[in-house]
Amino acid sequence: MSRYTELTKGIFKCNPLFYLVLGLCPTLAVSTRVDNALGMSLGVLFVLIGSNTLVSLVRRWIPAEVRIPCFIVVTASLVTVVDLLMQGYAPDLYARLGIYVPLIVVNCIILGRVEAFASKKPVLDSLLDAVGMGTGFMLGITAIAICRELLGGGQLVLLGLTIVPAFTKSPALVMVLAPGAFLTLGTIMALSNYRKLRRG
Amino acid sequence: MENLLLIALSAIFVNNFVLFRFLGLCPFFGVSKKTSSALGMGGAVIFVMTCASALTWPIYTYLLVPRGLQFMRTVVFILVIAAFVQLIEMVIRKHARELYEALGIYLPLITTNCAVLGVALLNVEEQYHFLGSVVNGFAGGVGFTLALLLMSGIRERLELAEVPRSFRDLPIAFISAALLAFAFMAFSGLGVW
Repeated sequence: MSRYTELTKGIFKCNPLFYLVLGLCPTLAVSTRVDNALGMSLGVLFVLIGSNTLVSLVRRWIPAEVRIPCFIVVTASLVTVVDLLMQGYAPDLYARLGIYVPLIVVNCIILGRVEAFASKKPVLDSLLDAVGMGTGFMLGITAIAICRELLGGGQLVLLGLTIVPAFTKSPALVMVLAPGAFLTLGTIMALSNYRKLRRG
Repeated sequence: MENLLLIALSAIFVNNFVLFRFLGLCPFFGVSKKTSSALGMGGAVIFVMTCASALTWPIYTYLLVPRGLQFMRTVVFILVIAAFVQLIEMVIRKHARELYEALGIYLPLITTNCAVLGVALLNVEEQYHFLGSVVNGFAGGVGFTLALLLMSGIRERLELAEVPRSFRDLPIAFISAALLAFAFMAFSGLGVW
């Protein structure tokens, strides 16, 4: 596999959300607003790049029996960095994301990529894989958040800028509540299946 | 006492870990195809969540807080949980063969189940006392098991239903989960929040 495909596979072909179905919890929990989704995926991207690169660097010295605890320590330290940075520089976002920031530790995308990829491959490949997977996650969660904010909030606001002004007085509130999350993800997955089936 | 009951009811029904807080979704969709495996997973999660709450609360309150190390909670909690799960696996493999065969394959999966780390973090966030934390952990596990069992029942029926091709398997499971979450939203009227 060339370096280029290492980068792009995470974005479309093996999208961690729609294809591998990893990292569902934060996806559904914070995708009520596009701002939250972007903040979350930046955090995940940072941790993913950091843990993939670090683990790939030290992969020769980690004994196979204790590899999972080692990976978890690396990830947890990086998550603490994100936690403190976000608390310091983006307190509003931090308050809205709540416990889902420390929960990045158990996001299966990160442990999954470290175990399946970074622990076996050279540093540059691992870095590209992390960037691709992180971007794929970002695209997926943002797509869900756009649907939910448009339908459930009746408008689209990004970083304080109104992209789509309020177009209805009574938005479908349920879309920003719990059922809306499942409904949106189910429908998007069905649509992508439909496309695949049509192609044959 | 009344307080503990409120914590329990709220964790099981109103703020159900799976359907309201979106914690533990991977096993919720991964192990809900058969009722028997859903029961096994549920049992293991109840046990680990209760013990994780009982373990992390004293560590946080008596070790981290006096030294001003609250920011280390993520690292400490996940290590405690991972070590505990590993220990339990070794103990029941040696001493309780039958239990191991029933729960064994689910235990390693639990380390990365966000409901377990989630309950430890929530206990700290909500500032529960020790008993409150343990009850919250236990009830959270019960809520998880309840949702998992309901889901497995639905999915066993779905196997026989004629689902449009593009909705087959996971997409229809998500739609069913949405309907289940709708039903659970009715509990928010209980007013125990």
